[in-house]
Amino acid sequence: MLDQTGGGLPAKPGTGYKPQHFASILADPGPVGWLEIHAENYMGDGGRPLAQLRHLAQRFPISVHGVGLSIGGEAALDLDHLERLKTLCGWLNPASFSEHLAWSTHDGAYLNDLLPLPYTTATLARVCAHINQVQDVLGRRMLLENPSTYVAFSETAMEEVAFLTQIAERTGCGLLLDVNNVYVSGVNQDYDPQSYLDRFPLLHVGEIHLGGHDEDRDDHGNRLLIDSHGAEVVDPVWALYAHVIAKAGPLPTLIEWDNDVPDWPVLVDEAARAARVLEAVA
Amino acid sequence: MTQTDFARALLDPEADIPVGITDPTGRPAPKRFSVYRNNVASSLTRALEAAFPTVRKLVGDEFFAAMAGVFLRAHPPNSRMLMLYGDAMPGFLEGFPPVAHLGYLPDVARLDQAMRESYHAADIQPLPDAEFQRLIGADIAGLRLRLAPSLRLVRSHWPVVSIWAANAEGGPPPVPGPEDAVILRPEFDPRPQRLPSGGGAFLQGLLEKRTLGQSLDQAGASVNLPGILSLLISGRAIIGVDE
Repeated sequence: MLDQTGGGLPAKPGTGYKPQHFASILADPGPVGWLEIHAENYMGDGGRPLAQLRHLAQRFPISVHGVGLSIGGEAALDLDHLERLKTLCGWLNPASFSEHLAWSTHDGAYLNDLLPLPYTTATLARVCAHINQVQDVLGRRMLLENPSTYVAFSETAMEEVAFLTQIAERTGCGLLLDVNNVYVSGVNQDYDPQSYLDRFPLLHVGEIHLGGHDEDRDDHGNRLLIDSHGAEVVDPVWALYAHVIAKAGPLPTLIEWDNDVPDWPVLVDEAARAARVLEAVA
Repeated sequence: MTQTDFARALLDPEADIPVGITDPTGRPAPKRFSVYRNNVASSLTRALEAAFPTVRKLVGDEFFAAMAGVFLRAHPPNSRMLMLYGDAMPGFLEGFPPVAHLGYLPDVARLDQAMRESYHAADIQPLPDAEFQRLIGADIAGLRLRLAPSLRLVRSHWPVVSIWAANAEGGPPPVPGPEDAVILRPEFDPRPQRLPSGGGAFLQGLLEKRTLGQSLDQAGASVNLPGILSLLISGRAIIGVDE
């Protein structure tokens, strides 16, 4: 069993950290009890980003959320990138580290998106090997996030919940449950999000994500939801979230808003809504 | 389907959708696949917009977005550290026919790129004043100055600093003529400044680890040494002296 260094996140609302909110967060964090950063934005050598992060880390537990490891990639993990991650986790000692069930790099090119993979015994083995490697190098347990997906693969032979459950059981990693992603993928893949959540192995969940999405239409005129992280959390997602918390108890819950970032009070309002759900079961 | 097929189709809008990509009922789903194409192109375009603000201002938002689309397919990022994405942009602009009439654009891109590198460079304390006092009267020709990692030199046949200032700060219209820029970051905000006479060659000497004497020789007779040193000292850019 791996050492869970960093102490874990508090079962409170958190928000994704945006530099434009630095002063507002310190002046009035509201119900926000922790902050999440994207690992890759803090891999520079110095300057304001690292200075701000050092300052915030004295006051808030920090969650490091990677977007570039390409854990679902066919190629070997990038050892230089893994080393940079180790350096960041080394000096920051974050309360949590998480990454995605996705790939983003191929043949040396970084595509800057969370790309989907088919769920098969071969991809399961590869993802597990990559997670074992990450946990070995970092010396900590990681959380793996369920994706938003827009396409299906004819190769897929396992359903996503079973795939994630297998990963958690084989590697000992935890899971990051993004409830908006469940809703988005549910609409896009034509499954019932509630039933997905009822089968989800909640005992492995170390963190929840809530975010907004955009709406479009697919090739045949069916609803197609796009995970945009650029809007408020919609009511059906809040309802699914309340359902999860009622079942699992309070969990660290992130309000994720990365594009068209609003003023700080808007994020505080979203965090307050999550806080009410958490307090109802505390 | 392999990730090679998927990645190729992502970056090439003309390519066929990989076999085996469907909607949930098993029908072909090109529009669904295009969500990933759009995500890749739009997220990298946003990164380039943030990376090259002066270039963007000079060519306009619409032209920049179209040009970014060409650039990102020819030069996708080779690192996950997008904060430094775009080092191939100056060379790309040199060979991009639609901007051939804007001869200064590649150097402006070099300046934008150097500003970003400076922003993320390591923080190092400058040499204390007492150390400078100690050097007064000494034979300084044989000394080597160590410069802050956030310092960047951009030498140009174009008035790059004036172009930057006109676009970033509403400065006066640039006057044609060469300008060498030094980017200094006394704390967290890098700023390009025009080097006085001989400054470009002198600073290049220092960056190549030559002695003060050798760098002065390289800079020629018209070099304004007090002007250059006072810029470097006020910019907290001298971090050490090796004798």
